[in-house]
Formats: sequence, structure tokens, C-alpha cells
Amino acid sequence: MLKPVGTAGTLFAFFLDVLRALFRRPFQLREFIQQSWFIASVTIIPTALVAIPFGAVIALQVGGLIKQFGAQSFTGSASVLAVIQQAGPIATALLIAGAGGSAIAADLGSRKIREELDAMMVLGIDPIQRLVVPRVLAAMMVAFFLNGLVSVVGVGGGYVFNVILQDGTPGAYLASFTALAQLPDLYVGLVKAVIFGLIAAIVACYKGMNAGGGPKGVGDAVNESVVITFLLLFVVNFVLSTIYLQLVPPKGG
Amino acid sequence: MGVEIKVDNLTKSFGKSLIWADVSLTIPAGEICVMLGPSGTGKSVFLKTLIGLLKPDTGSIVIEGTDIASCSEKDLYEIRKLFGVLFQDGAMFGSMNLYDNIAFPLREHTKKSESQIREIVLEKMDLVGLLGTEDKLPGEISGGMRKRAGIARGLVLDPEIVLFDEPDSGLDPVRTSFLNQLIVDLNAQIDATFLIVTHDINTARTVPDNIGLLYHKHLAMFGPREMLLSSEEPVVRQFLNAQRVGPIGMSEEKDADELEAEKDQDLPPLPPIPMQLEPSSGIPRRSQREPGGWCRDNGVTPPPGSFEANMSMTTKV
Repeated sequence: MLKPVGTAGTLFAFFLDVLRALFRRPFQLREFIQQSWFIASVTIIPTALVAIPFGAVIALQVGGLIKQFGAQSFTGSASVLAVIQQAGPIATALLIAGAGGSAIAADLGSRKIREELDAMMVLGIDPIQRLVVPRVLAAMMVAFFLNGLVSVVGVGGGYVFNVILQDGTPGAYLASFTALAQLPDLYVGLVKAVIFGLIAAIVACYKGMNAGGGPKGVGDAVNESVVITFLLLFVVNFVLSTIYLQLVPPKGG
Repeated sequence: MGVEIKVDNLTKSFGKSLIWADVSLTIPAGEICVMLGPSGTGKSVFLKTLIGLLKPDTGSIVIEGTDIASCSEKDLYEIRKLFGVLFQDGAMFGSMNLYDNIAFPLREHTKKSESQIREIVLEKMDLVGLLGTEDKLPGEISGGMRKRAGIARGLVLDPEIVLFDEPDSGLDPVRTSFLNQLIVDLNAQIDATFLIVTHDINTARTVPDNIGLLYHKHLAMFGPREMLLSSEEPVVRQFLNAQRVGPIGMSEEKDADELEAEKDQDLPPLPPIPMQLEPSSGIPRRSQREPGGWCRDNGVTPPPGSFEANMSMTTKV
């Protein structure tokens, strides 16, 4: 019955190990660049494609609601808030976990069952410092930039749908950006994206490095890593949003 | 040189299932030892415990004054530099070609220049007969080649202890005997301590100086080759001669009924003890003992026909 608690504990211990290895030299720059490029290459296009409908749906929904209140001129502001604070980091994290994390878990898992990780440890090299740290940093960096991409594409998609489908005025959409939204909204979005990238990479590496029982074990590890990441993301997102809303007063108020 | 490994009262279990208990043995410096045992008796677990990949529940493993079972992570990484390990499938890094794989430990742990590294890598590749395959990826070569590449990688740092995890599994008999010859030649050349984990009896009978047998969650016997090969102990006798009559059954242990049924069966006589495999250079290894020496010193009469050249069991090539 206490097994999930134990798993959570070892996952956290793994996180601390990674944190410690982060400061150990030499830093694996090559691996970091390779992994960053790899994660970026598997996530950029899906992220952009997800961001367009995301922004559009928010624009349609919010636009429809706001029209009933007779405050159409604030549509732009509301959709910017929603995209930057919530949709951006979540969409980023889902793709980092789904595309990048699953690839990381599969890669490390297959290395584990081929005893490559054991061989590395026997050769006196710590796989956490060598393989995990560059991957975690790469996922965090790519998440940071992807979040920017989602924000731009999402807001752009919202603009197109609001102006073309809902007969909103282009000027009002743009002008109302700063009516409700403020700079800390952007910061919290970026911080969230980086934290989500960290969680996705840590879980993927942990699951991959603890894969066992042959090829099926690797499949299971990938599956579990994606599911666990998603669960954690939504919980953490809720906590971060609550803290943010408590700490930073909304602009309108 | 070589380094002695002193294992004391080692016990290991995974959760509730005990793997083995109270294993105590000393692997002498510079000698070749073989650890035998039926499938699933935790031979590979034993090997992984020796390098500190698995932590034992109790007991100690002392190498050069450091206890691997209780030392810090940092000391462990230090002491591992003494080891060269051959994993079952070679465990080559899939993303690197053979040359980079073998050069990897040198690039990580030494400040040697690329030309020095090249010299060492090519020398070791020549030693295991892999010259000309530097640019191949591990996925493109056969299992036997991967094993040999694994040996080459294990040797580049001039290890004091070399561990082999089933060097002969999945290899044909000819390659196995070449590999055995290679192991003996290597020992003659670098004088390191060798431990081979296997269940191939032919290897066990001809290669090592000492044999250990893991059976039924404990170390049944450990000692000089001739002691085990002339032993009347039922488990040792059954395993080393690949017989069905004896305490080992299809699933670990035979039950009382089965043992009762075969009580009256006559055990076939012990086969003769073969000559030990000699280095191909003809110069005896430092730890090599005179054939029949142990039997004579301990007053044991070896089975008739022992220590004759050209016996069928020898793998001499």
C-alpha cells in the first residue's frame, strides 16, 4: 500500500542527485547541444500546430461569452491572459513530455537493458552527470523557447479567429492587450514552462534509467513516464497558479 | 601484479527472495577464477555486487583496503578504475563506433593525446582480432565481435581485475575456445586477477586456477581446479560432469522422492582431469600450477587418465 509513497520518494531522491550532479564539472556541452537540438526538432512543429487551435478555441469561447456582457473590446485582453498564463506552458509541457520525454525514456531505457548504463558506471562515469543533466537542461531550455512560440502563435491564432470569424475590430483586439494583462503574467508563464520542462525530463530520465525486464520494460517505462508527467503537470500547474494569483494582484482590480 | 578480492559473509536478496547467503571467498591476486552455477543462481548478481552496481544486504568486499559494500560513491568510482568488465552482450555504446567505444575510457580518464590513444586502441583491437572494424557501429557486428570489442574496451585502462560475465554464452564452440585461449593469453600478459562467470563446463574444466560453485543460495565450494574436479561432493560432481544423477534437478533442487528413487543408481566414474590451457606463447603464467600438484600435495588420487596430453576434453587448438 505504501509503494506509491516509496516511488515518489525515490523520484525525489533522483531529482536531488541530478541537482547535485548539475554542478559537477566537466559540463557535457556537446551532449547538451545535441539533446537540445533533438528535443526542439521533435517538438517545434507539433507545438505550433497545437497552439493555433488552442488560441482559436480560447478566442471563440471568451469572445462569445464576453459579447454577452457587451465588453467585446476586451476580447484581446482576455485571450492574451489565458494563452500566456495557462495555455502556453501547458501546451509546451504536454509536447515536451509527449514527444521529448517519451524519446528520452525510450533512449535511456534501451541503454539500461543493454547494460550500457552499467558499463558506464563501471568505467567510472556517472550516467546522471553524463546523460541526465544535459537532457534535463535541454528540456528546460527548449520549454522556455517553445513557450514563447506557443504564446505568439496562440495569440496570433486568436486574433485571426476573433477578427475574421467574430467580426471583432483588429484595433480593439490589439489595444486591449494591456488592459488586463501585465508583465508578471508573461514571467509566470515562462517560469511555469521551465518548471514543466524540468519535471518532464526528470520523470522521463528516472523511468528510463529504472526500466527493467527486457524490451517490454522499456515500453512500460515510456508509457509510465508520459502518464506520470501529465498527472504531475496538472497538479503543479494548479499549485503555481494559485500561488501566483495570491501574490500578484490582478491589474484590473 | 593483480589485486586480491576478499569477500566475507556476503548476503544478497531482492525484496523477500534470497539470492545467496554467507558467501565468503578470497580471489587470489593474479589468478584466473571461474564462478559456476546452474542458471538462475545469481552468478551475474554476484559479479555486479563485486563492482558495486548492487549493494549486498550484509557482508564486505575488500579490495586494496576499501570495502566496496560500504564505501562512499566517490571511493567507488575511484576503485572501479581498477576494473575491466566484460558484460554479457558487450554493452557497447550504441551511438559510437567501435573505435570511439574503445577509446572512451581513455578519453574520459586520461590526459593522453589523440595519437597516443590511437596507438593503445589499435593495439587492443589487434589483441582481440578486430583490426579493420574501427568504423563499424555495435549494431552492425555479430555478438562474438561485440564480446571481443567489450574485452578490448575493458582492457584499455590496464585493469588490475578483469571480470567476464558469461564470455561464452551464445558463441559457437570454436569461437569459445578461441576466446578461452585469449583469456589465458591475456592473463599471462597482464597478470591481472581474472574472474569468469559461466555455466560452460568445458571452460570451467580447462581455463581457471580456481573454481567456485554457487548452488542453492550458497557457495557450495571454492578452491583450486583440481580439488573441485576430483571432488566426490555430490553437487560439485554432478555439475562439473553434467550428469542428471545428483541433487540438482530441473527446477533448482530435487525433492526427496526423486533423490530416493536414484539412491541406488551407480554414479558414473569421475572423468579424468584435463590439462590446464596454456598460454599460446608456451611461457607458463605466473600463477600457473604444475599439473597434478594439488592432488599430490593433498594425497588425492586423480581419476585414471588425468593430465594426459591430447585428451578429448581439452580445448587446445
